[in-house]
Amino acid sequence: MTMILGLYNYWVVIVLMMIGFYMIIAHGNLIKKIVGLNIFQTSVFIFYISVGNIEGGSAPIWDESIILYSNPLPHVLILTAIVVGLATTALALALIVRLNEAYGSINEDEIQAMDNQDMVNHSLSNQHRDQEPC
Amino acid sequence: MLAHLPILQVIVPLMAAPACLLLRRPKLVWLFTLLASALAFIISILLLQQVMIAGTISYELGGWSPPWGIEYRVDKLNAFIAIIISGLSTLVLLASRTSIEKEISADKHTLFYILYLLSLTGMLGIVTTGDAFNVFVFLEISSLSAYSLIALGKDRRAIWSSFQYLIMGTIGATFILIAIGLMYQMTGTLNMADLATRLPEVAETRTVITAYAFFIVGVCLKLALFPLHLWLPNAYVYAPSIVTAFFAATSTKVAAYLLIRFTFSIFGLSFSFTTLPMGTLFLTLGLLGIFVASTVAIYQDNIKHVFAYSSVAQTGYMIVGFSMATTAGLSAMLLHMFNHALMAGALFLALAAVTYRVGATKISDFQGLGRQMPFTMAAIVIGGLSVIGVPLTAGFVSKWHLVVAAIGKDWWVVAGLLLLGSLLAVIYVWRIVETAYFKAPMTGKDSVEEAPMAFLFPIWILASANVYFGIDTRLSVETATAAAKGLFGVAP
Repeated sequence: MTMILGLYNYWVVIVLMMIGFYMIIAHGNLIKKIVGLNIFQTSVFIFYISVGNIEGGSAPIWDESIILYSNPLPHVLILTAIVVGLATTALALALIVRLNEAYGSINEDEIQAMDNQDMVNHSLSNQHRDQEPC
Repeated sequence: MLAHLPILQVIVPLMAAPACLLLRRPKLVWLFTLLASALAFIISILLLQQVMIAGTISYELGGWSPPWGIEYRVDKLNAFIAIIISGLSTLVLLASRTSIEKEISADKHTLFYILYLLSLTGMLGIVTTGDAFNVFVFLEISSLSAYSLIALGKDRRAIWSSFQYLIMGTIGATFILIAIGLMYQMTGTLNMADLATRLPEVAETRTVITAYAFFIVGVCLKLALFPLHLWLPNAYVYAPSIVTAFFAATSTKVAAYLLIRFTFSIFGLSFSFTTLPMGTLFLTLGLLGIFVASTVAIYQDNIKHVFAYSSVAQTGYMIVGFSMATTAGLSAMLLHMFNHALMAGALFLALAAVTYRVGATKISDFQGLGRQMPFTMAAIVIGGLSVIGVPLTAGFVSKWHLVVAAIGKDWWVVAGLLLLGSLLAVIYVWRIVETAYFKAPMTGKDSVEEAPMAFLFPIWILASANVYFGIDTRLSVETATAAAKGLFGVAP
């Protein structure tokens, strides 16, 4: 029981990580993929924050009456990682906008199908060109 | 000034990037970028000199002493990789102005150089830092700018491959972040040297093994080791040609460096190769990578695809050297990293020149180019011979060392397979040579001319370097061996 209740943040981390990972793999909609990626990254943020917590520790603000502090370093680290995650999301969304302009779709399968179709058309036109007498 | 070289290595391109915005005129921006990159190259040469004479340099960022403050730590391995990155980046930049004229719309030129410098900053940062979390931050700096650079390609497939790379790359980087978190949880430190002393005490725990597993998967995604290479070919093909030349020569080398640094310096040899069966795993993946990627390369229609798959195969060779876990194997790997940077740089720059003149790099576009672009094609032939590993080229030297190292471990079958893999390279290189030299130009393409000097100059520096380091191997072999010995704790 302590394995589950005592370490419940870590179980939450694992569950969130798997949900995020599943969304990245299974969803064809690119926006949903990015949402999955965000959930996946958030699970890692929670993991770092849990690591920094010390039982009974106070927030790391100095005061004479406090003896035990939580470790602030993982929290600082994860602030950086959150910023990185934000930049990734922004870039991904910008790419999705441009994908929508170029392909008229934000569905993975549809985009892939269009690319494959391009490839087929191209090789057909190549064959046609080869058959022409030089 | 000399004492601050480790930080200048990273700060110079980092500060140069936003400064580009102030210059406005594309030609000035280009000159400025070139200057910054050349400066980074000079700094890395000076660093290697210092390291060779005085040993490992430790630089305390802001005067905070490690392990509390961030430490930049330069030994022979870092300095060697930094030279590869900054040197190739400078040579590629020489051709960039002419190349992006045709491939990127004029209003985006300044942004292109800014992204290029940021990507360079990230790579040099990964290499020089001695702090595990810094590695993650720099990895993301270089990756985010890499995604944007790839999306600059003209074809709409560039955006799609950039997006796919973004998903894969972010998963890889997040895995590395998890690994660093688990390591911090067990040791309470992020400093690499400090981690190295503290990890062995807790090495047998499940947490550390999990950390290593996450790290390996994450870094192998970045390394594009078979079977995690799926993002690489399309990203290389649809990116602007100059970006491909830059990344093919440098970015997988950085991931290979991370693999070496974490496995040998931090987790330690006995943990990864004795406690865990990493040797067998990497040997299998490396050999599979060589054969599968080389075979796929033979059937490609686009020559950029051919050499992209060839790059995946060359990574396989590096990983086979890595899996030997001996000084000879590791120095062969480092040597192959150096030589492959030269080959990939020469080949992809030559392909950029072909794109500039002909407009595409399909195999049919190469018909008759042997006569129309003799110097560019000759460079492709030299690069191709080097990929195969023909004597008197750089590729021969590293494959020779690799085979000797395999024989030194009594791995006769592996040695044979390495040679067999080179035969596959003969096939795909020959296809190009045959088309370019023995077929008449296609109708309507009679007027193709030789590439301009801006291309020929860096292409031929790299092509002659391929020959030079195939004959006079003292510099490259000595540095690689010294770096490898440093990792095994043997005084060179």
